[in-house]
Amino acid sequence: MDKTVNQKAWFLVLPVFLVVAFSAVLPLMTVVNYSMQDTFGNNQFFWNGVGWFKELLDPSTDLGGRFLASLGRNLFFSLAILAIEVPLGIVVALSMPREGWTVAACLVVLALPLLIPWNVVGTIWQIFGRPDIGLLGYVLNAMGFDYNYVSNDVDAWVTVIVMDVWHWTSLVALLCYAGLKSIPEAYYQAAQIDGASRWAVFKAIQLPKMNRVLLIAVLLRFMDSFMIYTEPFVVTGGGPGNSTTFVSIELVKIALGQFDLGKAAALSLVYNLIILIVCWIFYTVMTNAGVERKVQAESEPAVEPKPSAALKPVPALKPREGVA
Amino acid sequence: MHSIPGRRLIMGLFLIFLLLPIYWLVNMSFKTNSEIVSTMTLWPHTPTLQHYKRIFTDESWYSGYINSLEYVVLNTIISIAVALPAAYAFSRYRFLGDKHLFFWLLSNRMAPAAVYALPFFNLYSAIGLFDTPWAVALAHCIFNVPLAVWILEGFVSGVPREIDETAFLDGYSFPRFFIKILVPLIASGIGVAAFFCFMFSWVELLLARTLTSVQAKPIAAIMTRTVSAAGMDWGLLAAAGVLTIIPGALVIWFVRNYIARGFALGRV
Repeated sequence: MDKTVNQKAWFLVLPVFLVVAFSAVLPLMTVVNYSMQDTFGNNQFFWNGVGWFKELLDPSTDLGGRFLASLGRNLFFSLAILAIEVPLGIVVALSMPREGWTVAACLVVLALPLLIPWNVVGTIWQIFGRPDIGLLGYVLNAMGFDYNYVSNDVDAWVTVIVMDVWHWTSLVALLCYAGLKSIPEAYYQAAQIDGASRWAVFKAIQLPKMNRVLLIAVLLRFMDSFMIYTEPFVVTGGGPGNSTTFVSIELVKIALGQFDLGKAAALSLVYNLIILIVCWIFYTVMTNAGVERKVQAESEPAVEPKPSAALKPVPALKPREGVA
Repeated sequence: MHSIPGRRLIMGLFLIFLLLPIYWLVNMSFKTNSEIVSTMTLWPHTPTLQHYKRIFTDESWYSGYINSLEYVVLNTIISIAVALPAAYAFSRYRFLGDKHLFFWLLSNRMAPAAVYALPFFNLYSAIGLFDTPWAVALAHCIFNVPLAVWILEGFVSGVPREIDETAFLDGYSFPRFFIKILVPLIASGIGVAAFFCFMFSWVELLLARTLTSVQAKPIAAIMTRTVSAAGMDWGLLAAAGVLTIIPGALVIWFVRNYIARGFALGRV
């Protein structure tokens, strides 16, 4: 199904274009403006050229050191949570009940953390992890672990990562579940007739079908963890010391805390550029995957099993719970 | 064949992991402050409603909920209204710069709120919208409009093109076709998109806090302020937290049948 060329479609897109341009382009222009200047308050600005950018990318200066350190921490954080959430999300999606009221119940509980305001997520874990009044901290300390996320770097990191896993694994799981649901029953029946093992079914049927949604999941999770602010800020405040200060926390500190407009603006631009590049890579991969799938579907339509034809003659296969 | 061995156990453990911290918050909201601080109890031994009572009677508390709901609803309406025609255009037509535009929109969904906090503050102060629900509603458009376009595009693409053509042959004008035929066909998609706009606007704090000071302060910001000022009123904090979870839980219940497909952004 080819799209028709129609330039009038721009009229339909215009409202979106205006709204987003108003919220994105206009403020960004201010940022570019600030990033080239220095200020000593009183709305007096001085031209500083690329000075802030030079400082930002030089680890020996204060600004550069802080930025690169927080960037490193943030990348480590993003990779760590992806490494946990993606496999865990797949496992949870595969563990979803098949039918009945339990499906709805599981879906609602899974989605619950996603709808809690981010600072309340922080508050929940702040309370839950405290050694004096929180269940987790209390139990861990009673078991002999010296757990305290306020004073110990490692404990703070573990708390922040576990909190993110708690908060967002459901997103990965729900996306994978949607992918799994779209697999026609006939695929499984064919696999069963072929005597495929559980692992083979996962590798040959379920994983390829989840490809696309997994890509969306990784994209969303990477981006959102890369700009995480509220949750770790509420729990650890970026500390102990600077050990859980991520890029957004550093940026807000500089921009709204110290009101260092030039530095903050330069940091914003570099930060945005990194995000833009990563986003572009994902987008390219995603559109290419879409094209590939279309080509594949067009070249081998005969291989696609016809669910209606395959389903009818094999009612005897229905009770396959024991095999799985 | 579909699922894995021990799936009930895995699911059970995961659900407990999800619910336990929430239970602890609910548990604490019904305790008195002296019980919270002095003893470790798994359920409230002297249950009390004092924290909830305080929130529902003190205007500086409950107005926060009203403010939050106000900008969330405004934002959802704006986002869906502008995203619908755009989603149709992206789904049906090819036009100059369409792919670049789509990517540009998407990249705004990913832009960090921290980058925009300060410029938004200047922008909305300059046009006199600072400290109104409109400021926050418009600011949240930056990530919700692209998301709504993205989701709705998936759903519009699921409607066969023949339906458009038949409608136009039958003499429907474009606006009439849009409202009478297309919108009912993708009603579930609109529901899902609205759900997501609601969700992301409801959970966001950084922009909402930066763009308001007194009149339109969201509940999330009121909570953080109280923590630092009143010191350790844990029970009140927990009660306020529980109340922020409730609207989300209600919304989930209404869209539970579309949740899975919605999270795949209409693309499965």
